[in-house]
Order: sequence, then C-alpha cells, then structure tokens
Amino acid sequence: MSIDMSQFHQVFFEECFEGLEAMESGLLNLDTGDIDSETINTIFRGAHSIKGGSGTFGFNEVADFTHVMETLLDEMRDGRRKVTQPAIDVLLGSVDCLRTMLASIQAEESVDSAAVEKYKTALEIELSGSSSEASTTASVTTQPLNENADSTIPEVIDEIETETDEQGWKIGFCPYLDLLKTGNDPVRMFRELAELGKYSVSVNTRDVPDFAKLDPEECNMSWALEVVGDIPLNDIQEIFNWVEGDCELDIQPLAKKAPKKAAPVAKQAEPESLAPSVEIESPKPALVAVPKEIISPPPKAEVQQSADNDPAKTGAKAASTIRVDTTKIDTLINMVGEVVITQSMLSLIGENFSMDKLPHLKRGLSQLERHIRDMQQSVMNIRMVPISFVFSRFPRLVHDISSKLGKKIDLKLIGESTEVDKAVVELISDPIVHLIRNSLDHGIEMPSDRVAAGKPETGTIELNAYHRGGHIVIEITDDGRGLDRNKLIKKAAEKGLIDENSPLTDKQAYELIFLPGFSTAESITDISGRGVGMDVVRRNIQSLGGNIEIISEYGKGTTISIHLPLTLAIIDGQSVAVGDEIYIVPLVSIKESINITENVLNKLAGKNETYKLRNQYIPVVRMHELFNVPANEKSNPGEGVIVVVERQGILCGLFVDELLGPQQVVVKSLETNYRRVQGVSGATILGDGSVALILDIPGLVRFSNRKPSTSFKPQESRNDSRSYH
Amino acid sequence: MASILAVDDSASMRKMVTFTLKGAGYEVEEAVDGVDALTKAQTRQFDCIVTDVNMPNKDGITLIRDLRALPDYKFIPMLMLTTESSVEKKQEGKAAGATGWIVKPFDPDQLLKTLKKVLG
Repeated sequence: MSIDMSQFHQVFFEECFEGLEAMESGLLNLDTGDIDSETINTIFRGAHSIKGGSGTFGFNEVADFTHVMETLLDEMRDGRRKVTQPAIDVLLGSVDCLRTMLASIQAEESVDSAAVEKYKTALEIELSGSSSEASTTASVTTQPLNENADSTIPEVIDEIETETDEQGWKIGFCPYLDLLKTGNDPVRMFRELAELGKYSVSVNTRDVPDFAKLDPEECNMSWALEVVGDIPLNDIQEIFNWVEGDCELDIQPLAKKAPKKAAPVAKQAEPESLAPSVEIESPKPALVAVPKEIISPPPKAEVQQSADNDPAKTGAKAASTIRVDTTKIDTLINMVGEVVITQSMLSLIGENFSMDKLPHLKRGLSQLERHIRDMQQSVMNIRMVPISFVFSRFPRLVHDISSKLGKKIDLKLIGESTEVDKAVVELISDPIVHLIRNSLDHGIEMPSDRVAAGKPETGTIELNAYHRGGHIVIEITDDGRGLDRNKLIKKAAEKGLIDENSPLTDKQAYELIFLPGFSTAESITDISGRGVGMDVVRRNIQSLGGNIEIISEYGKGTTISIHLPLTLAIIDGQSVAVGDEIYIVPLVSIKESINITENVLNKLAGKNETYKLRNQYIPVVRMHELFNVPANEKSNPGEGVIVVVERQGILCGLFVDELLGPQQVVVKSLETNYRRVQGVSGATILGDGSVALILDIPGLVRFSNRKPSTSFKPQESRNDSRSYH
Repeated sequence: MASILAVDDSASMRKMVTFTLKGAGYEVEEAVDGVDALTKAQTRQFDCIVTDVNMPNKDGITLIRDLRALPDYKFIPMLMLTTESSVEKKQEGKAAGATGWIVKPFDPDQLLKTLKKVLG
C-alpha cells in the first residue's frame, strides 16, 4: 500500500511553525538556573513533535537537527543539565535555524546546509560541554537506536546469517501470568510465526489449575514451538519483541549441534551436517555459498528512486490559511441549516401563492433576514483571530534588541485573546514592530540613567489590546523618558517643518513626530531612527481606517494608542440622500443628525459656512455642491439634515437632503476597480443593484477645516460614479 | 472492521495515521491528547488504541494506564508511537500495560503491518 505522504506536508509545516513559536516563547520565559518543568516540557514537546513528524514525512535533515536539540532539552528537563543563558541562546538560534530550514523545504528550495551545520555544531558543543554526567547520558541517548539490537545481538545475527542452513528454530515460550493484561495474545504471535515458515506447536498445560481455581485472565500455559525454514533470528525476535520481560523465552536453532563458532569454510565443506532434520524442505546450499558481494550491493535504481520521491518536490506551496475554532464552524453550520429551512418554507409559500399567504411570506422573509444577518456575523467571526498572532513575536524581539542595547526591559502583554480581522492583523504587525522598536531604542533609558532618574533599573513596555465600540485599541506604553515637547518643536523648526514660534498644544507638538522627514534620534541606529518611520506608520494605520494617538509625559513615559476597525470588509453605514444619489456615511463617525433649514447656517466673511451646534461653530459641507449633484424635484434645497461627523475630536457637518436608514455595507475598493477619488473611501452595492459611494470622513473633515482658498477638487462627481455602474 | 482510536497531539501525524488506517479499511476515530482519548474511549468501545507518548494534558503512558484500569479495555491492544531514543519510555509503557510500540519514524506500511499483528 503506498500513500502519498505529501498531502500531509502542509499540515505538518503549519504545525512545525506553531511548535517553533511555542518553543521560542517558552525559551524566552525560561529563567536561567531555575527550571519550570511545565515550560521546559512544552519546549521539549515542540522539538519532539517536529522530530517525529519530520522523520515520518521524510525530512531527515530536520529530524537530525531536532534530534540534537531534543537531546539537549531532554537533559534540561530531567535536571541533568543546568539551564544557562548561553544554552538558551543557542536553542533560540536553533529555533530560527529550524524555521528557515522548514521554510526552505516548504518553498522547495535547498536548505542552507552551512547555517544548519553551524547551529548543529553549536548545539553539539553545548551538549558535550558542561556537566560530566551530561556527556555520558548524551552517548547513551544517541547510541541505542534500536534497543533490541543491543550490542550482543548484531554479532549473533551476523553469524546466523552466514549459517542460514540452520533451517529453523526451536522456541520455548513460557509467559508469565500477566501476559494477557498487556493486550498481547499468544495466538496472534503464533499466527505470525506460522507466516514465517512451517511451524508446529505443542502446549504444556501442566500448570493450569483446577477449573474452580482457574482465573481466565491469567495465562497458565506454556508452549514449545518449532519453525522450520530459512528464517533470520531477527524475524523471530521481532515477534516476541513486545513480550520481552513478560515471559521466559528460549530461542534455539534447530540444529543438533550449535556450530555457532564454526568457520564459514567448514560450513561450505559439510553442509549436510548442519542440516540434520528430515523436515528440511529446501536446504539451499547454493545460496549459502553465494559470496556476500552479490547479495549485498544495494540496488542503485532504488536509491535513485528514493531521490525522485523527494517529498519536498510535491510539497504544497505555502497557502494562506487560517486556523478556526471548531465551535465557530459549528455555529455557522447551524446557521446554514436555519437558512435552508427558511428557504424551503418560503419556496413552499411561493409554489402556490395567494394573497392570504402574504403574512406568512413576510414573516418568512424577516426570518430569512435575521438568519442571514447572523450568518454574516458568523462568517466574519471566522476571519477573526486573536491579536496574540501579532503579539507572540514581540517577546523575542524585545529580548534580542534589549540585550543588544544593554537595556533591561520587561515586556507585558495584555489582552492577547482580543480578536481582530485577519487582514487587519497582517497589516498592523509591521507598524507595531516599529513602535516597539522606537520605545526600546528611544523611550527606555539605559539602566544607569534610569537609576539616576529614580526609576527602577528595568524598564517596562506594556502592550495592551482591547475592544472599544466597533474598534480594537492597541496601546503601547513605556515608562521611559517620554517626549520632550521643546526638543520636538526645536527640531521641527530646524527642519523647516514648522515655524518655531507657532503656538502648539502638547498634543500637536507630539504629533510632529509623524511628519515625514522627522527623526529625533541623535544618532541613527540600526534599530530605529532612519526618519522614515513614524509617518509611514501613521499612513499605514490610516489606510486601514484607523488612527494613532500619542500621550506622553516628559520623564515619565509615552503611550501610543492605535485605533483600528475590527474588520475591513463590512461596515455599519448610514445611507443619506443627496439629490438622486445615495451616499453611505460610516456609522462610527456620526455624532448626531439634526433637521435644519438653510437659514440657520452662518456664512462668515472669508470663511466657510458654519452651523452653531450648541456652543460650538462647526464647518458645514454642502454635499450637493461638493459632489456636484443637482437637486431633484422632491427635495427642497432650503431644507435638509446636518449629519455631524467627528474625526479625532474635530467636528464637521455634512449637509444632505435626508437620512435613509442604517445598513451594513460590504466595502468594495474604488481604487482597485476604478481609481482613487477624493472624499470617497470606497463603494458598495445597494439592494437594488446600484452603486453607492462611501464617504471618506477623515478626508471630508480635513477639507471642511481648510482655508477657504484651498480648493477641494470634486473632480469625481456623480457622472463618474455612474460610469462605474 | 476493527475500530481504532488514534491519539496524537500533532495534527499531521494524526492525519497520516488516520488516513493510512482508513485506507486499509479500519474505522478510525481521532483524539488530540490523553484526556480527549479517555473520554472518547469511554463513550464507545474500540478494538485497538494507537497513541503518541509525548502529549500535553495527559501523556500516552498515563492514558494506557488509565485505560487498562477500565474493564472494557483490560485486554484491548494498545500501541504506543515512540521515538527510538526513549528506551526507558518503552519500559515505562509496558509497565503501564502497553501491548507494544511502533518506532518513529514509521511509514504507513509499517503501521499497517504492526496493526495486523494485533488485530489480524
């Protein structure tokens, strides 16, 4: 039976990468000197599984490599070896090496054997070094690859092989009483023996007690067996392999003389004497005489073939996969079941429709709507993954960078199980890495500086994720030196980014670091501070529909918080009418909506129109004008609704004809389907099949707070949106 | 056909074992660790248990010991999947009541051959 093992490779690789991650975080949590058995067990198990799997799936270089790691870890686990920082570092390096190795194999590329060898040697040095007991155990663990073939047996086999004319074996098999309780059954063993050759068995029931005393769960019998045929001792031993220690076993060659020490020369000369029994079916003396070379050369073709079967060749390309909790899938399947039931109910109504069934139809439709909404939620849920996918790599990052910088840093992760859309996770990873690097490099001071400032020597960086409203908030807090407002302003002025005397609030001053070309690092290091960072970070986050804020106190620390929508694919929107067009306003940005008549708007000289919202004047954008939509006969141009939207604390009113109602919309990118349009962040398809544009609230807020002279080019008017239909 | 409970915390190994055994006509159920396996073994009777040794929550040897203590599994063959280096584990497994072992790495043919040995 041949099975294509490559079908399991994808799962195997995923599992390996997961295992490596677990090993890595375990290693980082391992305190030197002090062994937490659960942690080290987890690490060991990781290495062990990878070794087992890679051996089975034919990735021998991986198996060999992990074997060394496993040996080292095993000794640590048993307490035979101290956990030292160098050992941890070597193991961490090996984890990296293994990851690269697996990635190459997965990509069907050749493995960088030099690097592998380097780490393997490092591991071996680590293994051979330190405690003397360790070195003995190392040799123990590597030697007995097959414990049955312990040192004496191979010799025996050798001799037997040159004496294949033994022609059979006599076996005394006397099981102990408890043999059956291991699930072994003599009958099955005898059956196997029977497959090897002609066999006979005689049972000894002498020890079987009286029926009254008989315990059927005990094995009271013993057997004498004979197998005749050209059978290697190994095959016989293999059958009794599992019961070794549970029985008395005596295996003797059938030959009357046991000429074990007889020289091969003698054997050729007198084969008859070695084949004493009349039962012999095929003495095969010719075969015995065959010189070894003819038997031994390994068929080259076979070697070739195994190379052709190189599993990596058929290995699946890395597909983007997602691991989903099965309960999520179950919920979804339930949901689908409900939809199917509702659907069949509806089609029953439709088959023979009359007006009196209208209430039924309506009820059915509303049920369907509810089910589909639930289903949509469940489907979206599948895409949700815990933020730990991003967070889990930071302990390593912090460990590496802090040791490079000579800083002492304690990283705290909070809210790792907070779920967020997979697409978001993939995209925020890099910005967060950048922010953490910044905190490490610029935020946290050197230990001596910290002590001088009266702070604990070890700095703290805290990563916190939580849900708020329809958003996920990720906060990166450090207790470092904080941002120096004056330094920021001076620097920005030097670079000509602002006017030195411009009055800035603290918040505005901190936000200077997001300006392109701004970098406060006195010296540029390889960790951060090339001056291309923060503006890119902010741009990336904004492109995800999120925003980033800084709170800082000089000398005390900095908190950077990132707000991101939970998902990018579906938003809750409010549809508004502007003439004949429908636009979607993301619900999260709407503060309130007010019915007004035109005359409450204030037109100030040299300024835009404003609306007095309680005590505050807010700028107003007339959507008709902005998108060049003519009024239709229904709408009274003097009346309408002000939709007050907010962006980072800045308000703006959108003047529209009327509110139509909230609805969930599936966001389609305009850029991929058409081109970027100012004031519009995307498009969606409405129930009637027409396209509605989704308003870009940040853009509009910025536009509304413009100086009146700035022209916002509404070049993409409704005509363009039509052409998109 | 005989029913087998395959226990392994590694999804790829589990899949491989299941696929191989199903291909040979056995009925296979999977369990992800010893705790899962013990629960499953108690909800129905299996004709054979194939378990990994190193697993979280409950390792294979403890699983075998626990199963052997159940009347329904007193004589049921239980095989452990083990690596060549763990000689002591084999002894430990036997002491716990394991019928035998399959040494990793193994290929599907070896697995089937070994199972035939205990199931016929």
